[in-house]
Amino acid sequence: MKDVMGIINLMENEDYLKELSYHRPVAAVPFGGRYRMIDFVLSNMVNSGIRNVGILVQHQYRALMDHLGRGKEWDLDRKRDGLFFLPPSQYNNQGIYHWDLRHFYNHLDYINYSRHKYVLISGVNVLCNINYQEAFKFHQAMQADITIIYKDIENQSINLTQSHFVDTVEDGRIIGIEISPAKTTSNKMSMEMFIMKKSLLVDLINSCHSRGECDMVRDGFIKNLHRLRVFGFPYQGYLATINSVPSYYKHSMDLLKPEIWRKLFYDQGKIFTKTKDGPPTKYNEGAKVSNALVANDCIINGIVENSVVFRGVKVGKGAHIKDSIIMQKCEIQENATVEHVIADKGVIITKDKHLKGEEHYPLVIKKRTVI
Amino acid sequence: MQRKECVAMLLAGGQGSRLGVLTKKLAKPAVPFGGRYRIIDFTLSNCNNSGFDTVGVLTQYQPLALNTYIGIGSHWDLDRKNGGVTVLPPFVKEMGGEWYKGTANAIYQNIEYVDRYNPKYLLVLSGDHIYKMDYSLMLDFHKEKQADATIAVIEVPWQEASGFGIMNTAKDARIIEFEEKPTVPKSNLASMGVYIFNWGILKGYLEKDENNPRSSNDFGKNIIPMMLQAGQRMFAYPFKGYWRDVGTIESLWQANMDLLSESPLLNLNDQEWRIYSVTPHHPPQYIAASADVNCSLINEGCMVYGSVYNSILFPGVYLGKGSTIRDSVIMPNVRIGENVTIEKAIVGVDTQIEDQCKIGCLDEFCQKCNELCSKITVVEGNIVVSGGQALKKSCKFDCKVG
Repeated sequence: MKDVMGIINLMENEDYLKELSYHRPVAAVPFGGRYRMIDFVLSNMVNSGIRNVGILVQHQYRALMDHLGRGKEWDLDRKRDGLFFLPPSQYNNQGIYHWDLRHFYNHLDYINYSRHKYVLISGVNVLCNINYQEAFKFHQAMQADITIIYKDIENQSINLTQSHFVDTVEDGRIIGIEISPAKTTSNKMSMEMFIMKKSLLVDLINSCHSRGECDMVRDGFIKNLHRLRVFGFPYQGYLATINSVPSYYKHSMDLLKPEIWRKLFYDQGKIFTKTKDGPPTKYNEGAKVSNALVANDCIINGIVENSVVFRGVKVGKGAHIKDSIIMQKCEIQENATVEHVIADKGVIITKDKHLKGEEHYPLVIKKRTVI
Repeated sequence: MQRKECVAMLLAGGQGSRLGVLTKKLAKPAVPFGGRYRIIDFTLSNCNNSGFDTVGVLTQYQPLALNTYIGIGSHWDLDRKNGGVTVLPPFVKEMGGEWYKGTANAIYQNIEYVDRYNPKYLLVLSGDHIYKMDYSLMLDFHKEKQADATIAVIEVPWQEASGFGIMNTAKDARIIEFEEKPTVPKSNLASMGVYIFNWGILKGYLEKDENNPRSSNDFGKNIIPMMLQAGQRMFAYPFKGYWRDVGTIESLWQANMDLLSESPLLNLNDQEWRIYSVTPHHPPQYIAASADVNCSLINEGCMVYGSVYNSILFPGVYLGKGSTIRDSVIMPNVRIGENVTIEKAIVGVDTQIEDQCKIGCLDEFCQKCNELCSKITVVEGNIVVSGGQALKKSCKFDCKVG
């Protein structure tokens, strides 16, 4: 994998995580008790042996830069290669598509001058624990021009209409790609992770740019399906597609199943994140915790049930947290009750308050709200 | 090399033989403590939080774990361009080399390291105490008193005073007498093993001490008495707060238990004085529906299906269904099977305890062997305790259960 560079694309065309992503990019949305969404793809790349990662960031990327720093926790603070932020150009902010090649075009210099032969491109909203080496070997064995990693989705409990779907023939060659189809004909969901030669990426960027086209998948891949050898690599492990608040809620709750906890956090390697040096979590007298995921640095005096609790949360005496996601530094004070709630960072629920959402429509409380 | 006002030397070479199997493969400062720390984290974090950025760490006994743990000091923010952490093991010189013979000799052998920074003051620390202390306040005190040496002292209960190095002071805090473990103590001010010296003066004494073949080259036994005798200005800096020597199994266990009270004397949640350590990058802990956790500290990467009371689980511990842990310290990555009982015990790293085991006991009196057995049971690290075994510290027999 020494020859492969990673590019993480954070372009989004809508605020599909609502309150959670109004003030931060989806990449910086907290997930799983102590992580941010981007930690998964970044750790996967590093665990696969990629040593150079560029991140195409959109507006409001301060939270992200604060989180990633120079990439030290991912071992990406290198003299050569390492972690690069690729900010948007100021004049080009209109009409952003998720796979907009104009952003790649702005950073053609970075792509051209890195010394890697291959490039692995990925978004951030598919969370998994994958080692890309296998997919890369497949790419080389098939002498593919482009390899798209996909997952066979058997039963779709979650609305995946915003995803791409691919159609493959026996040897894995892709004969069709559908972007956000209203009704899917294939159950092979593209994980929007692509492997190709860097030179091909540069060609696609240039040719699309010269023709005034802009979408990498639509204009770059689909229009060239007949000309390029595009292959699909099936991913077998666990994945979570986060494309809406309900899917965010569902996949967070799935972490309470130990087999999923193990698959997502340990399968191919550890998931790294910014460390906070918080002390162990303290369970005082009166704490009653069952079926919960709890991060460090919490102080628990009350009841926590079927919930995900992030770092630095304080739960007062007699407080009751049920079926909820409580993000970092929240405070649920004495005798307060929350049920089916997603409380963003720093929310304070004062004494005796009761808040309740619905399983299919959890109540999202904005960052630093005091109730 | 840019000059530094004060260089810290951290003595971390001790074996800590009284910790038994816990220090079989580890130096004492590397012994895990408090759920996610090692003992040395407290001193290193104190250095950083006090603004001391040049720290020499003197290692000797089993240094592998300690050296890899410290690395370049980045976890304590001590990876600096000028200064930072330097690990200083004994080394071979032109005329042959030797081990560190004592605490003073360890500093003597590294005079060159200290001189590189040409400091005015030298802070000497030991890596085996648990406390939070701002050394910069002590340095201010040292300067204000125009002292040649300042020794940090803490008031200990009178009945325990005979177990410490006791400073007898005049009204202005000047030390008039030092007694190592006196049978009849005249004061209850115990030395904390934290010293500040004027480097120029100390260097002279270190050289003098080295030339005395009968000296045991120790700060407490030789250097301090020699300086007192010579009439140097030596002061006792009174420290108020939590400080524990964790040199024995009992004190290590007790200091761990101290963290479990509702508002512990040593506050680990203090944002202003964080204790830093190496993060193992585990996911959040999972507390299952069958679990019951009370009055305990639990860490990332733990999976808890059983009951935990008054105990500390380090990162990556697995506790099976029907198992109960009471008043115990379980070190990193220990796997505990089902229906295991652990009481008043310390279980070493990476050990595996299979189903139906019974480790330690809370009873004051053991029915089986008719003996007092309120002692702490220590299970060695990296071993497998096979199913159904019973281990007890003071029992004569390793009696099978059932």
